[in-house]
Amino acid sequence: MKQVFKRPQSLKDVPFHFCPGCHHGTIHRLVADAIDYYNLRERTIGVAGVGCSVFVYEYFDIDVAEAPHGRAPAVATGLKRVLRDRIIFTYQGDGDLASIGMSEIVHTANRGENITVIFVNNTVYGMTGGQMAPTTLLGQQTTTSPYGRDFLQDGYPIRMAEMLATLEGTSYSARVALNTPANLMKAKKAVRRAFEMQMNDMGFSFVELLSSCPTNWGMSSLKANERVEKELIPYFPLGIFKERKGTDHL
Amino acid sequence: MEKRLFIKGNEALARGAIKAGCCYYFGYPITPQNDIPEYLSKHLAKVEGCFIQAESEVASINMLLGASAAGARAMTSSSSPGISLMQEGISYLAGSELPAVIVNITRSGPGLGGISASQGDYFQATRGGGHGDYRTIVLAPHSVQEMHDLTLLAFDLADKYRNPVVILGDAVLGQMQETMVERIYHPWELPPKDWTLTGASGRKPNLIKSLYLKEGEMERHNWKLFEKYQRMKKEEVRYEVSLGEDADLIITAFGTAARVSKTAIRLARAEGFKVGLFRPITLFPFPEEALQRLSQRVKRFLSIEMNTGQMVEDVKLSVARDADVLFYGHPPGSPPVPEELLEAIKKVF
Repeated sequence: MKQVFKRPQSLKDVPFHFCPGCHHGTIHRLVADAIDYYNLRERTIGVAGVGCSVFVYEYFDIDVAEAPHGRAPAVATGLKRVLRDRIIFTYQGDGDLASIGMSEIVHTANRGENITVIFVNNTVYGMTGGQMAPTTLLGQQTTTSPYGRDFLQDGYPIRMAEMLATLEGTSYSARVALNTPANLMKAKKAVRRAFEMQMNDMGFSFVELLSSCPTNWGMSSLKANERVEKELIPYFPLGIFKERKGTDHL
Repeated sequence: MEKRLFIKGNEALARGAIKAGCCYYFGYPITPQNDIPEYLSKHLAKVEGCFIQAESEVASINMLLGASAAGARAMTSSSSPGISLMQEGISYLAGSELPAVIVNITRSGPGLGGISASQGDYFQATRGGGHGDYRTIVLAPHSVQEMHDLTLLAFDLADKYRNPVVILGDAVLGQMQETMVERIYHPWELPPKDWTLTGASGRKPNLIKSLYLKEGEMERHNWKLFEKYQRMKKEEVRYEVSLGEDADLIITAFGTAARVSKTAIRLARAEGFKVGLFRPITLFPFPEEALQRLSQRVKRFLSIEMNTGQMVEDVKLSVARDADVLFYGHPPGSPPVPEELLEAIKKVF
């Protein structure tokens, strides 16, 4: 019988620790798929953010560095400047990347560092127990916005993919979701494209993946998937916001 | 071949870094250390290295972490407030056991302070500085020659122990110009870097991390680091003693304070006071045993520092059982002058 589906080689054969219905496991698969697809496993180095993202080294069968909270793009910069022919990616959540690491991500993109950033946006701090994130939607209740996020008090949720697309140094910036099979296929393509950009020395590539967090949203997995469609996507529209076609800018 | 140069301390240090094979520098401008990034931005390009002016000291130290994880000799430099910002990263470097050279050309504090030389960062440098139970090796140059030589040493030490090394200079040492001799550098024989992240090709994946959650792991890791620091105490203590043989009083001082003390001691000797100098070159590991031995004969120590009393605590811990420890402090604003220290010495007699 023909095998049509299997675990990507770049993933270890161990069960994920992620909560039921969480999209991190799927995102791990997509990243591993891209690494396998381009046969990059032996020359790829991952940089783990802090939060639920930190355990990428438990699951990926590749070299990994752990970065301080928010600093993964700076660590990746150091790695890439030494190892220019290697593939470097960071894997970061929304608190890590869009709050404490805002400075590092903006300047890394602006320098056009030839790395790939996988940004998991689930609108909440997951590992610390569901606090408000910079991407928490207005009105969303979290453990630190118990009355719902109010812009007068907390400001607005930040749209990272659009923001980074405005920078000259960014070569690729896309937002995708994983809540439907159709969206999943587009996400797979976007992640592959981001790694391809790096392989072609095109500079900074960024994929924001809207992810569910049923545990901290206080929902079933299915309800959480519905929330992605009904609440997240209207505020965080899907699409490719920037895609350089050549290396003319260099 | 030996080469004599009339050169600024900061430039002597930067030349030393390139000579040690450091091809990667990450830093953010701050007075009084800007000569270092300025020199390296010009000269690293010539050795196919990489200079990045980072967006902050926080980014600098983490770029250094990445470059070190990739196996390269790399460094950053800053001055006191910038070094404060780096403490998170230095803690991660120590926890992840990564070699790194961090130069602190100190200015005064607390807060924005001023740009004059200070020794107010002694505690921060010698006690780890960031969170967690760790130490960095701390080297204290007192001349332009040592700014150069100790930089070469710093890279070897960092690689030998897989640990950050801090060079604790100050505004005077960075900015003054002196003659120095540039010698041929022979790097140490060092353990192979088989832990670096280069892509898991033909081997199991390598991992650089400081997170330990499983039962007993964190404790084991802390004891492992402790053993490393004990080994440093055994093998890396460096100090200079001058005029100690017949001294009735030993001045303990490091860096610029030691340099000024040398002149003050000369003046005191000319007036008949038998004064000697004990100058720690490694502030961690602190030369406690050497001081303790000295205290078997000399019964009075005077710690002279450009702060309100920091190293004096380590001097006391080393000798207080057998000798009296006095303190003379000259907090920053301007460096002390020899005549002022001579008066302090005379008061003891």
